[in-house]
Amino acid sequence: MLHEADLSALWITLKLASLTTVILLLIGTPLAWWLARTRSRGKAIVEAIVSLPLVLPPTVLGFYLLIALGPHGPVGSLSIALGGKPLAFTFTGLVIGSVLYSLPFVVQPLHGAFTAISKQFLETAATLRASPLDTFFSVIMPLARPGFLTATVLGFAHTVGEFGVVLMIGGNIPGRTQVLSIAIYDHVENLEYVQAHWLAGGLLLLSFLMLVAVYTFNRRFMVVNL
Amino acid sequence: MSIEVNFQLKLRNFSLKVETVFPESGITALFGPSGCGKTTLLRCIAGLEPSVQGSLQVGDTVWQDERIFVPPHKRPIGYVFQGAVLFPHLSVHGNLDFALKRASEQSISFDEAVSLTGIAHLLERRTTKLSGGERQRVALARALLSSPKFLLMDEPLSALDRESKAQLLPYIEKLHETLSIPILYVSHSIEEVAHLADQMVLLSNGRVQGSGAISEMLTNLSLPLAKYDNAVSIIEAIVAKHDENYHLTYLRFDGGEILLPREDLSIGKSVRVAVHARDISLVLQVSKHTSILNVIPVIVKEVSTLNKAQVLVRLMAANTLLLARITLKSATVMEIKPGASLYAQVKTVSLID
Repeated sequence: MLHEADLSALWITLKLASLTTVILLLIGTPLAWWLARTRSRGKAIVEAIVSLPLVLPPTVLGFYLLIALGPHGPVGSLSIALGGKPLAFTFTGLVIGSVLYSLPFVVQPLHGAFTAISKQFLETAATLRASPLDTFFSVIMPLARPGFLTATVLGFAHTVGEFGVVLMIGGNIPGRTQVLSIAIYDHVENLEYVQAHWLAGGLLLLSFLMLVAVYTFNRRFMVVNL
Repeated sequence: MSIEVNFQLKLRNFSLKVETVFPESGITALFGPSGCGKTTLLRCIAGLEPSVQGSLQVGDTVWQDERIFVPPHKRPIGYVFQGAVLFPHLSVHGNLDFALKRASEQSISFDEAVSLTGIAHLLERRTTKLSGGERQRVALARALLSSPKFLLMDEPLSALDRESKAQLLPYIEKLHETLSIPILYVSHSIEEVAHLADQMVLLSNGRVQGSGAISEMLTNLSLPLAKYDNAVSIIEAIVAKHDENYHLTYLRFDGGEILLPREDLSIGKSVRVAVHARDISLVLQVSKHTSILNVIPVIVKEVSTLNKAQVLVRLMAANTLLLARITLKSATVMEIKPGASLYAQVKTVSLID
């Protein structure tokens, strides 16, 4: 069954995906809201940047991140200046990389959900004395609930499934930066097919169940609202 | 509380330039054809058009000038949108609570608002399970529960079929009678306005074309309202008595009496009667040789040519203004001119109670 190294890879993966998802929701929500409402010319640029991870090979992103997070890169030297260590090959580095890599998977569903909300609801809320922030929590969030659910699950699942970026910036340090996808790769390299099966099958099942949950829930939500 | 408006707004192919003072009480109709800027003006008052220039003062409070722009959620107004716009994630009750929770004061209780709009049986429903008329009543109750200083209504009836319209109108009237809150009511239907409004502001192409008391505006020959095919004047009357033999109801007003088919109304009740200009004919003397019951003594105030064949005559019966549309030929033969005393025969009246 699962070895200790596999269990710790599982733990690191879940920790990484959860933390990344939380951070992405915090960053992605205002960003998606801005994208949905702005008429600024900068919108196209921001949208393009957010979507870059969708088209770039993970190794490209990983390469630049490796440089940025390393001792001579801007992020790495900032970390050193603040009394820390360079961030390449650390769990923090993995979180930063994952946030960037999974950004479109969180922003795009939210963007879509926000765009679909008619301006009239916001105006109505305003005429009922709801401040913009109040309106966001009492009207927009509930109306965008399917979008939030999709964003959460896609962000989480995509982080669990990432490989290239992690390999580039996290290396493969068991117990510290080795995640499931890389552990599977290692097992296959070493012809340990049984263990690879356990991990790969588990991951497949987990991802499938999460997606079924999203689609079921979103459909129920839609039906109730129609 | 008066509403002093001085707005300029430039949009792509439309400009609004309005300077007017809205009366402190009653229902004021903002009337005009589609695209004349009625809704935009309402939105400016609510603070929903941030690019509007100018000033807005409500009572003693400045809501907008060169330096101040009070955001919409800090303006104590109630807004009923054309399509009701109920929150789909909340039940009817939830929608009402949304307003109640955020009201800074409570000038009307939950139960009052609910009974005034007749929605008690709908409270637990989802908003998606309501008819058009029900949606508007919920939106109205919700707006009232935010305890507004005045109510803005943007064509609340226009999306409704005839039957739902007839159902909703009495609620708006009741509102008018029960609450002292002034209402600005956007409409492009002359019948609706004749039905509800006390005053009118007439808009055309983003400009105020005229404003004043409703009866004055409807019969003003220099304004387009009198020229409409369904031009109408109104008579404010009181139910005087019922005649059970002939199944008639007698209404009394300052200029005389109006008879109509028996209506179930209590004696002494105030009612409004609408008379279409095409349903008034003029005679020089009272004649026994007519089947028309309603003959009112009037004085001609003004005559104006409508087209090659017809003229409009503005009439005064005591203090009530009436409008008649007759042929040029009759006007010439009868020598109808300002100051002439004659009789208006009213063929059909429609009761607005």
